[in-house]
Amino acid sequence: MKQYLIILLLLWLGSVPAVAQDIPEIDRADLARITGQANDTTYVVNFWATWCSPCVKEIGYFEELHREYGASGVSVILVNLDFPNQVDSRVIPFLKERNITAPVMLMTDLQYNEWIDLVDPGWSGAIPATLIYKNAERVFLEQELTREALYDNLHQIHN
Amino acid sequence: MLTFSLAFASILMLHAGLKPGDNAVDFSLKNVDGTTVSLSDYSDQKGVIVVFTCNPCPFAKAYEQRIIQLHKKYAPEGYPVVAINPNDDQVSPEDTFDKMEARSLESGFPFPYLKDATQEVYQAYGATRTPHIYLLENKGGTFKVAYIGAIDDNAMDASAVSNRYLEDAINSLRAGNQPNPATTKAVGCTIKTRN
Repeated sequence: MKQYLIILLLLWLGSVPAVAQDIPEIDRADLARITGQANDTTYVVNFWATWCSPCVKEIGYFEELHREYGASGVSVILVNLDFPNQVDSRVIPFLKERNITAPVMLMTDLQYNEWIDLVDPGWSGAIPATLIYKNAERVFLEQELTREALYDNLHQIHN
Repeated sequence: MLTFSLAFASILMLHAGLKPGDNAVDFSLKNVDGTTVSLSDYSDQKGVIVVFTCNPCPFAKAYEQRIIQLHKKYAPEGYPVVAINPNDDQVSPEDTFDKMEARSLESGFPFPYLKDATQEVYQAYGATRTPHIYLLENKGGTFKVAYIGAIDDNAMDASAVSNRYLEDAINSLRAGNQPNPATTKAVGCTIKTRN
């Protein structure tokens, strides 16, 4: 009986998600705010999707950065570009599996041409892409980042 | 010195790619049926819809049926589709020639599906993602770039599209006007290269 209870307890623990992250939906007005905040925080905004293999490769570095610098003036925001109808089936399971605690937001505005330039006029729309900024200082990177490249670029803005 | 400047110039050109109004770059690439297809084979057409696309990208998949429909609608009007797969298949194993052939058969592509094996064509055009459209217009025997960008403004749901950028561009050409907008942007998969 005792053994049975322990098994039940383990099953119950196993079913509790490692992270129970809510994914707020954002539109282009929200994105404009997210990419244009004027304060002393350094923002690291990464555009990604679960289907994008280079994004999946680098996402751990952003999580690491969030855990390391989240309390010291750096705000990591992961803007997800999966199709909105795949959030439950793909995005949430992915975040749980990878134990991602950095805030994730779902971009629901599919009229990409109307907001890509707002993030950076040099962005073609390919992902991964990352914007690091603090007030008017900005670095935009349309490429997959190594851990070193991410931290080097962060330190250019956040010092 | 001359070699150096030429090399430098070609690097600049590779980076810049083509813009609307530029002359298109000719290509000769292997098609999934084993033949070689060149842009110059289309000199009797009014234009060509060049689509840089690939097998595994979800956006390419989402647009596959729409690209087939576009060809069926516009090839009879003189604007056929030519699809080019620019991905390095060592980096993207779903994009080998055999898998391209299989996809073409499975989905019944009514247009050529060419392999940019050396990746020179996509670089010359300046494509950055899949799918990425280059609408070319035949101006007295010279193909000129008329429109670059997205097919429409809803990758997820064809029935929820509000702007058909590519069709609008083709219709502009048919009416004797230049497309407006001549370029659009879209989220897409990066082109896979070895670096």
